[in-house]
Amino acid sequence: MAIDSKLADDLKSQGVHVTSFEGLINWGRSSSLWPLQFGLACCAIEMISATMAKYDMARFGAEVFRPSPRQADLMIVAGTVTKKMIPQVVRLYNQMAEPKYVIAMGACAISGGPFKDGYNVLKGVDRFIPVDVSIPGCPPRPEALLHGLITLREKIAQEKLIGQHRARHADPEGPGDLPVPVCGAHDIEPAFNPDVWNPPSFTRDASAS
Amino acid sequence: MTPDLPAILARLRVALPAATLTHLRNPGPSGQDSLLVAPDHLGAVCQFLHDTAELDFDLLSNVTGIDWPEPAQADAVAVPVEGTTPAACGFLEVVYHLYSTALRVGPLVLRARTVDRVNQVHIPSVVAVYRSAELQEREIFDLYGVEFIGHPDLRRILMWDEFLDHPMRKDYVAPDDYQYEPTPHDAVLEKAQQHYTV
Repeated sequence: MAIDSKLADDLKSQGVHVTSFEGLINWGRSSSLWPLQFGLACCAIEMISATMAKYDMARFGAEVFRPSPRQADLMIVAGTVTKKMIPQVVRLYNQMAEPKYVIAMGACAISGGPFKDGYNVLKGVDRFIPVDVSIPGCPPRPEALLHGLITLREKIAQEKLIGQHRARHADPEGPGDLPVPVCGAHDIEPAFNPDVWNPPSFTRDASAS
Repeated sequence: MTPDLPAILARLRVALPAATLTHLRNPGPSGQDSLLVAPDHLGAVCQFLHDTAELDFDLLSNVTGIDWPEPAQADAVAVPVEGTTPAACGFLEVVYHLYSTALRVGPLVLRARTVDRVNQVHIPSVVAVYRSAELQEREIFDLYGVEFIGHPDLRRILMWDEFLDHPMRKDYVAPDDYQYEPTPHDAVLEKAQQHYTV
């Protein structure tokens, strides 16, 4: 039940902060996002820069890069994901505890970027793990990463913990570990996880192009 | 300084009379000639170039591979100075760039060719002479499928161990994991049209 905003303001002026339990939990979660410490390519350099004094990601509660996926809330996929690498990325994602979030940073993590026609480059990490925020750029500037982080914070603040539209991590029936792809004889198998991603189907007149 | 290839060739022919050596001329603007070495004597040739004090080729800076499905194309970019019989079928080629750091000479370009592209894809390894070839020969084995005889640890280096193809070969077919292209053209358009639902 929503609180009358005028009443909330009156109480606030008296030093009483009124919020919902959901709002309190989401505020806590969004204000201490601990990223997993791993970088894959040049985007990682921008990510490192974003944590340093000039850009100071600590202002948004995300300065504590964790060396273990067990302690991390946020996976920043910063760089080109090769097909040889994706089983390890999915395994790290599975090892993170819920609630967990993923930022795909840069063109390569989103779609394969300039290397998407390469034989060993995955055309987007969203084929295997659910991505919350995508940051375009090649590589994105640290400000863009900060904007992505703030976008994720806003998304977390809107999360529902109960009811039909509750978040994935609040749903007991939600998906558990994602299947880890296997490096096969000619390609990774499967080529994508159909529960997470499916090829876009679109209609186009073949003769008109 | 570019190496004096005819002089080196003359030296090699005296020292290793059994080795089949061909001077290949490069008709391109770089004019970088190369030396085609029969695979049987590649190790001995490298050892001689490395150990001879007047030549002193102590650095192997680069090893790379080339896939030649059409042997005529290979003869067009590396023309034999003396007449040789062209290869009957396509082959794989390994190219070595040797430098002498003391004499400031290089690169001396060596080429070695396999018999064909399918079964007889063997080239002797030069790791015993040049340690720097170890990782580069693994890369060529991975991407082109050249098997280096005598390599201490010949396994894939970039692709995973279970992978069977050789991606840098001309006839490699990449897996069809096509994704939406906003403005497809040329080869990408052909690929995209196979996925159109009309």
